[in-house]
Formats: sequence, structure tokens, C-alpha cells
Amino acid sequence: MMKCLEEGSLIKRVNYNSTGAIKNSMEHQSHITLPKGSIEKTTTTLNIGPTHPATHGVFQNIMEVDGERVVSTEQTVGYIHRAFEKLAERRPLYQITPITDRLNYCSSPINNMGWHITCERFLKLDLPKRVDYLRVIIMELARISDHLICNSIVGVDTGAYTGFLYVMQYRELIYEIYEEVCGSRLTTNIGRIGGFERNFTNTAFTKLEKFLNEYPKVLKEFESLFARNRIFMERTKGTGGISAERALNYGFTGPNLRAAGVDYDVRVQQPYSSYQDFDFKVPVGTTGDNYDRFLVRNAEMYESISIIKQAYQKIQEFKGTDAEVYHADVPEYYLPKKEDVYTKMEALIWHFKIIMGEIELPKGQIYSAVEGGNGELGFYLVSDGGRTPFRLHFRRPCFIYYQAFEELIKGGMLSDAVVTMSSLNLIAGELDA
Amino acid sequence: MALSNETIQNKLIEKFGDQVLNFSTASGILSFESSKEINLKVLQFLYEEPSLAFTFLTDLCGVNYPDNVGAELVVVYHLHNFSENIRLRYSVSTSINETAVFTASKLFESANWMERETYDFFGINFIGHPNLKRILNVDEMDYFPLRKEYPLEDQTRIDKDDEMFGRG
Repeated sequence: MMKCLEEGSLIKRVNYNSTGAIKNSMEHQSHITLPKGSIEKTTTTLNIGPTHPATHGVFQNIMEVDGERVVSTEQTVGYIHRAFEKLAERRPLYQITPITDRLNYCSSPINNMGWHITCERFLKLDLPKRVDYLRVIIMELARISDHLICNSIVGVDTGAYTGFLYVMQYRELIYEIYEEVCGSRLTTNIGRIGGFERNFTNTAFTKLEKFLNEYPKVLKEFESLFARNRIFMERTKGTGGISAERALNYGFTGPNLRAAGVDYDVRVQQPYSSYQDFDFKVPVGTTGDNYDRFLVRNAEMYESISIIKQAYQKIQEFKGTDAEVYHADVPEYYLPKKEDVYTKMEALIWHFKIIMGEIELPKGQIYSAVEGGNGELGFYLVSDGGRTPFRLHFRRPCFIYYQAFEELIKGGMLSDAVVTMSSLNLIAGELDA
Repeated sequence: MALSNETIQNKLIEKFGDQVLNFSTASGILSFESSKEINLKVLQFLYEEPSLAFTFLTDLCGVNYPDNVGAELVVVYHLHNFSENIRLRYSVSTSINETAVFTASKLFESANWMERETYDFFGINFIGHPNLKRILNVDEMDYFPLRKEYPLEDQTRIDKDDEMFGRG
């Protein structure tokens, strides 16, 4: 919290040498002699957040700064805590999907799919390949939109607004595809346990083709705007870096861990949704700094495009009735067609049982993870045989790696801390659950 | 040589004897328990033993089983060995009246906030934790919301009892 200065107290005057690296943060300001009994400190307390343009979300950093150097920081989270884990204990599985939307809301479909996949693994349901491939398309689109936001925001925080505004148009194309598939854009609630709520329309595929045609060129332009840009490189290189050992110890996953040089990717290590059928690279960095994180995210977008192309090709290879499959045959969990509900007894019964949440779950527990936009998004589900989870815990990658923030920025400049904050891709919804 | 669940189990039994118990495998993940007194020893053994090398703490969370008298609260650790690509679930239980569990934050930096979260929601007191205070809820809160004794629904409502959720 900002400390109020007593009236008439000395105003600090720090002669700051902007180029020299400081060994001891207090050393260079020994010229400051505070009067005896002064309540003033030699450092300044600065609040960044809870609402601040630099946080891009609702969380707070209470920083001690010495001139422009960060001496220490304390991160405060919880401003949008919504008790999802408690809520989930009174909801049947399908009602938990909309909750997951609100974790990392820049890539809601990955969260939705992650939850469906957890349920399907727990209930031991087998899915048709076409559903897996459709899911892969949606998940990779979500990954692109997530990385796109993160990287362009890093650009904004280093002073380049153009890239952000430019790529927003292409995120819009992704959102239009979501809209065509599930009817909504941000909090998607896309898919159901067992597949999708409806088949992809031709419009959806047309929009996908448009995106695949136009986006790679734009990404190239976006990359050339930043990747070798002198100002951008000097702002991001060597700031907010972390070694692989420390990153692992801090529980980093996803692009942030890969930027530090560890090639851990859930899609490769524990494939879900038939990721083993695809050919893609896992880009890694070396220094784990802001620049490497940017490059890793950028490279991942190219890989995502390639995965989407492969998946789209595989989908086009389905012929006849196989080409119409968009959900598994699991009547206990997948809502029957409305016309069947009105005309068939069995469909009516399942419809009622599903809607009323009257399906008992098997006993047991499962931990299942997917590669979210920010890293390993895990779901730990404990069931006691009731109709709702006995306990559901979300492993939110953001929450876990945000605690390393102090170590990343300590001793650096305040303006680098802001870039580090956006380069970590901290999403308030995922911090708080 | 790929590390298998059996190998892990044998190594643990070899080291800790009957102090590690209730081995089971669900969805491919080996789970086991121990008394809460030796949780750090077990975690450290899993971390430092070269053939096991569970050096990554994926997740740490609490679970409340109100019916298990004397072991109402459980701390669940999910560990991961990246090079062998194998996961492990380890849990220790504690009584709700005496909720002291040793902190894993000296071994894993990532445990720091996860333990704070677990404390925040279950009131599990992690001994030796550097900064054990609430993280997501407000500091003034005087209860631990994810314990089962704190119901989600408004208690004056009679249309939403547990029977509706298969737990009559």
C-alpha cells in the first residue's frame, strides 16, 4: 500500500545512473540521509494494479522501487476469485464446462476441451477420430488467438501499438469460426462430453480456409515488425529471464518453460485428442527471457497453423457417413436430438436424465491435463459416486508461475517488469479460478 | 529403461517399508499414501533418488472427507518425472483438529502459492511455510470455504438438498 508521507517531510532526490548496473540497490544512494526518526524510507512503494493498464487484468503488484530499479515486489491475486471449485461440487459434469470458459478467457475452447477430455477419460468413452480432429482444429485456433494476444500485448507494452491493432482483425476471423461452430465468441462453452453439439457447417470450413489462406502472411508481417526490431529486441532481450532449473522448480509449463529450454509439451508427452497423429515441432528457447518467450510463442503459431492444415486435410479424407460424425454414441452423456426427444421414449428419458443431472458418476479419481495457452492445464477430479464431482481442482498454469515474478524482475527496471508481466501472459481469470 | 509404476512402488517399499501404503493405479497414475509425519522424507526421496527423479511438482491441493474421522483433510501431491514421462500421486491425511503438515516449499518453489491456496480453502497449516496467509480470499475471512461443512447453497432453501445430487 502507498505510504503517506508526513507533511513537510523530505522529498527524495535520487541521482540515478541509468546505464551502470548496480551491485547493491542501496549503494548508490548513500547520499540520502534521512533525518532521525523520519518515517520516510529510501525506497518508494508503488502499486501496479488491481486496475492498471500494465496488468491487463485484475491483479496487483506492490513494488518497492529504488529510483527505477525494482527492489522487491509482492503479488496480490484473488480480485476476481469466483469459487469455481466450490461451485463445481454442486454441478453435473456438463454444467461445469461454462465455468472452465472463464479460466483463461483468451483460449476458452482449450479449457472446454480439456474438461471434456477429462470427463471422457474418467468415464472411459471412446471418441471417433473425426471428433478428435475437429477438436484439434478448434484447440489450435484457440492457441493461436491466445499467443496472438500475448505477443501483440508485449508489443503494446514496448511501445508498438500497430501490431496489436493489426492482428486483432485476424483474431476476429478465429472468433467468427467459434461463432459458427458454437454460437458464441469469448466464453465459448464449445463442444459437449462425447463430441460437438452440432456438426461444423460449410460456412465454418469456408471461414477456416479463409483464415488459413490469409493468416500465415499476416503472421509473417507481424513477426517482421518485432523479431528483428532493434527497439523491441533491446527492450526484451535479457529481461525477465529464468534458467531451466529455476523454471522447473517454480512449476513453469507451456511456452514460458519452453522458452527456458525444456521441451515439455503435454501434446507430445501425453497425447490427447489424437495429437499423436500430427507432425509438429516443439519450439524451445535458451534463456527464458522475454524475447525467447516471444519467439517461442511466434514459432508455436506456425506449428499450430501446420497442425490445423493437417487436421483439415484428415477431415476431408472422411467419406460417406464417416464424414458426418461429430459426436460419439454415448447416450448417457450426450444429449439426443430434439426431434428424437419429441418422438422416441428412450431419447426422452436420456434427455430428462441428462438435463436433471441424474447420471451417477463412477467412483474414483483422475488427473488429466491438456496443453493450454499458458501451459499444462490440469483437472483433478475426485468422485465419490455422486452425480457431481466430490472435489474438482483446476491446475492453473498462470497461478503457479506467477509466483516467480519477483525473481524474474528483481534488480531490473520498472519498465522491464511491465514487459515481463505481459510476456508471462498472466490472465486474471486463470490466476484466480 | 522405462520407469514403471511397479518399480516406483518397489523402490518406495524398499525405502520406507510399511510406512507407505494403499498403492493403487487409476488412469495410469500410481497413487499411494503415507503418514503426514514423513511427507518431506518421501518427497525428498522421490526428488533425489536418481532413478526416480520426480523433480516437478505439477499440482498440490486439498480434499476434505468429512466422514474419515481423524483423517478428514487430505493433501494431494501430483509429481511428474519429465525424462521418463511418468506421473505420480501422493497423499497425506491429517485430522481437521490438528492440521499440521510439513511444507514442501523448500523443495519446490511452486509449492509456495499452492500451499497458501490449500491453507486458504481448507485451513491446512503448513509448518515451516515462509508466508502462510490467505491468497485468493479476503484476509478477514474466518472460515475455510472448501471444507464440506460450509455449504454452497443458501441454507434456507429447501429445494436443493443433497438428495438431488445423489448423496441422500
